[in-house]
Order: sequence, then structure tokens, then C-alpha cells
Amino acid sequence: MQHFFLDTTLGLIILTVLEALAMLVPLLVGVAYLTYAERKVLAAIQLRKGPNTVGPFGLLQAFADAIKMITKETIIPSGANRALFLLAPVLTFGLAMMAWAVIPTNNHWAVADINVGILYLFAISSLGVYGILIAGWASNSKYAFMGGLRSAAQMVSYEVSIGLVMVSVLLAVGSLNLNDIVLAQRHVWFALPMFPMFVVFFISALAETNRAPFDLPEGESELVAGFFVEYSSLSFGLFFLGEYANMFLMSGMTTILFLGGWLPPVGIAPFTWIPGPIWFIAKILFVLFVFIWVRGTFPRYRYDQLMRLGWKVFLPFSLLWMVLTAGFLMATGLLPHSGS
Amino acid sequence: MITQIVFWFFAVVLIGSAVMVVSARNPVHSVLFLILAFFNAAGLFLIAGAEFLAMILVIAYVGAVAVLFLFVVMMLDVNFSQLREGLQRYFPVGAAVGLVLFVELALSASAWRIAPNVRDLPHARVPGASSNTEALGELIYTHYVFLFQACGLVLLVAMIGAIVLTLRDRPSAKRQDVAVQHARVPADTLQMMTLGLGESTTGNGGFRRPIGKSAEKPVSRPALVIENSPDREG
Repeated sequence: MQHFFLDTTLGLIILTVLEALAMLVPLLVGVAYLTYAERKVLAAIQLRKGPNTVGPFGLLQAFADAIKMITKETIIPSGANRALFLLAPVLTFGLAMMAWAVIPTNNHWAVADINVGILYLFAISSLGVYGILIAGWASNSKYAFMGGLRSAAQMVSYEVSIGLVMVSVLLAVGSLNLNDIVLAQRHVWFALPMFPMFVVFFISALAETNRAPFDLPEGESELVAGFFVEYSSLSFGLFFLGEYANMFLMSGMTTILFLGGWLPPVGIAPFTWIPGPIWFIAKILFVLFVFIWVRGTFPRYRYDQLMRLGWKVFLPFSLLWMVLTAGFLMATGLLPHSGS
Repeated sequence: MITQIVFWFFAVVLIGSAVMVVSARNPVHSVLFLILAFFNAAGLFLIAGAEFLAMILVIAYVGAVAVLFLFVVMMLDVNFSQLREGLQRYFPVGAAVGLVLFVELALSASAWRIAPNVRDLPHARVPGASSNTEALGELIYTHYVFLFQACGLVLLVAMIGAIVLTLRDRPSAKRQDVAVQHARVPADTLQMMTLGLGESTTGNGGFRRPIGKSAEKPVSRPALVIENSPDREG
């Protein structure tokens, strides 16, 4: 009976909605605990204790913060463009959720296992800049606008190198499907043969999510809080959730492209007993830890240095690496052909 | 059924936002509606089964071109009422041009014939391609490789042209030379001096950068002079 139900259109829609919920609810809980983890890890780096009062070990701190944020008043500046001002956080949050449709957490475990999965991810992550740009403009505040402009330039610049890194990986895979990309790493994770690209991708991911040391759009020392200076209450909360969900997303992309997705490090007995999704989550958490570690360790970049790094270092380097990869695959005859 | 609903949804939003692009009062709104139009066009591509084109449309137009567009429009200082002043005067001319274009479009659309045996032409067929990404790749990089490369060259020329037109090398601009910074060593910039109690460096001519060793231009005046101030004496 269940089978009949799933074959109908309605059944398929309900199933998709349930699948999406099974993806997004753990993600949002994860976002809540990521803020807690970030504060704890930063505290440990700075020899402090971090949140330890709300709940055991401060575990409920994130929820206390969320409740506080929701009960605050939403303030819309009088000079702001109301519709766009409210659209921006919704857009940021919505896009951060949309991208998870194609992320595979196990073999063929994705809400939508589409042929051009990696392009979809790239497209969605390149749309993220709009939320920030619109927020900066609609706030009608010079600090917000400066933050928005900085962020737009930064995200567009680093997308270029992310795109080229992806092309290098895709050359070695021979498919745009995320499932195939992970399965191509059965023998060796791409982080090893393409280690320089792994580093470039990770640093570009930091810039793409506006994280330290590239958090210039927020730059509190000169721009107060950058593009979300005028936001309060739930509209700020949506930005916050969207940014942290984007961190999860970039970690997920790093995991899929370079760290072998749901695959265990070596395909022998004790490792294969652990199910795929757990490996996947563990790898994402490791990458997120590095995100926070970087924040606790490096000073903020200056803006011209950021642009120099993106255009004059990463772009030529990843372009060169792409040519090298193609040449190597061609010379050794390892170039994957369609369908393999 | 679902496909048709989705098609009509995308199509209606596409046309609606295209109308809003030209009729919106605020240019920033126009650009945002343009982005919405691109997005819906990508949706239509998806329905037609051209998933690669849909994604490329979003990545290239929405993700890059329209961002720069929005960037420029947001920075413009436009007086909207002044912009609207000539509307009454220029409306007949604009309407006439629009009408001519529309008639021409209608004429060419009504005379459109698909060549009868186009489906059998060898160029458009890719045997064994399982997805349209593969089909496009196999066509572009084999049969149409010269045209494809020519497109790339045209874009390259346009890019170089834009750089040549806009690049101004201002001598006053501050530039960071990372190689020079990395090549600096303490011996280039620091000088150790042994001074007795109460003595000042000014008597010895102050601290100087060792001239000649430094990778930077030699500085004519002392880099750092510690004044022999009275409160230091006490």
C-alpha cells in the first residue's frame, strides 16, 4: 500500500517534504550548537570558560539566545526600503536552506540526486551575495552600505577561484553529480593528490562565508557591524542562521569535494562498520572546527590584501593547477570517460 | 500536470517581472526584477530538460553579471523626477519604435519554418550521451571547437579592452609589494646602540636606518629620533 501511495504525485510531494525536513531540522539544531561550539572553542583558545550557566555545561545557551532574539522588537529604520529590508534576511536564510537539497549524506541519500549537483551548489552559493547586497542598500545607512559593497566584491572574487578548484576536481571525476564525485574518491580522497587545491578551496570558503580572517563586511572596528547594522530581532536572527548554515554548507562542500563525503578513510572492517552519514557529519564537524580555529588564531586581513590574495594568488594558481590536472590525466590516460 | 502548473507559474512570473524591469520607478528595483526574470528563465530551462543551461544561466548572469549591475546601479546618484520629465514628450517616438519592432518580430515569427529534416542532421546528434552536459561538451569541444574558441577570444579582447580603458596608473597610489616586505630583515631597519645612563641618541645623530642595506629607498632624514626630553632626564 505504501508503494502505491509513493507512486502518486501527492505521495511524492509529501515524501520530498519529509526528506527536506529530515535534512533541515538537524541542520538548524546543528546551527544552534555551532554557535555554542564556537564560543566554547574560542574560549578554550583564549583560556576562558565560555558559556557555562544556562543548562548543564551551558548547553542550553543557544536556545536562551534564540528566545531572547525572538522576543525583541523588530526595528525598521525610517529611511529604509521596507520591502527589500525585510526581503534580505529571508533571502539569505532561504538560499542557505535551498542548497541542502542536493547534498548526499550517504550513497544516493539526497533529497534531489541531480545530474548537475555541483553546478546547483555553485549557483546557490553565488546567489548568497544578494541577501547581503540588498540588506546593505535597503538599510539606507552608510555603514551597512559599505559592508554590503565590500561583501559583494569579496564574494564575487573568491567565487572565481572556487569555480576553478571545482573544475580541477570535476576533471578527475568526469561527472557533475555529487554522488559520483564522492564515489570517485573510493581509493584516495582528493585532499591528498590535490592538496594545494584543498587549501585554496578552504581559504576561499572562509572568504565566501565572510568568516575571519576575511570578515571585513562585518568589520566591527570600522563598520560597526557591516551590512546587518540596522537589523534587530528575528530579521537579525535569520541572517545569523543563514550565515551559520552557510558555514555548514561550505564544510559539506569541502567534505564532498576533498574529504570523501560519507566514505570511511580506509575501506576495511572497523571503519566500514560505522554508517556513512556518521562519517559525513564527523568530517563536516572537523572542517567546522577548523573554521573556528582559524577565527581564534588569525588577525583580520586588510581589504586590499584580501583582493590581492583572491585575484593575484589564488586565481592564477588554481588556473595553473587546472591545466596541470588536465595535462596529467591526459598524459597518463586516467581521464575519466562518460558514465564511468 | 505538475509540470504544466510549474511551467505556467514560471512563465507568468517571468513575463510579469520583465514588465516590472521597464516600469519600476526605482532602478534598483528594476535590476532586482531582472534577476527574478533570469531566475524564472532558468526554471523554464529546467522544465525543458536543459539543466546545464539553467545552472549556467544562474551562475553567469545572476551570480556574476547582475551582481555587478546591481553594484553600479546602487552607486548611481539618479534624480528620479528629472528622469521622468521627458516621458510625455518622448512617448510617441518610443511607442513608434516599439511598434515597428513588435510588427517585425511578429512577421518573422509567423514566417518561421523549422527545416523539415533538421532532426536528421548529423551535427545535432550526440550518440551515447546520457546527460545534456555531456552532449553539450561533446559537441562544443569537437565539432564547434573553433567557434567556441573564437567566442573565448572575443571575450578576452573585450576584457583586455575594458582594462586598458579604465586602468589609470596613479603615481600617488599606495602599493604593497609583498616581496619587498618579506625580504626585510631586522638588520635593514634596526640599529643597536649602547648608550650610557642619561645619554641621548641625538648626540650621536639619532637612530638611522643603515643606508644601502635596506631594500627600500634610503630615507634622508633619521627614521626615529628620541628627543632628549626633560621628563626622561628626571
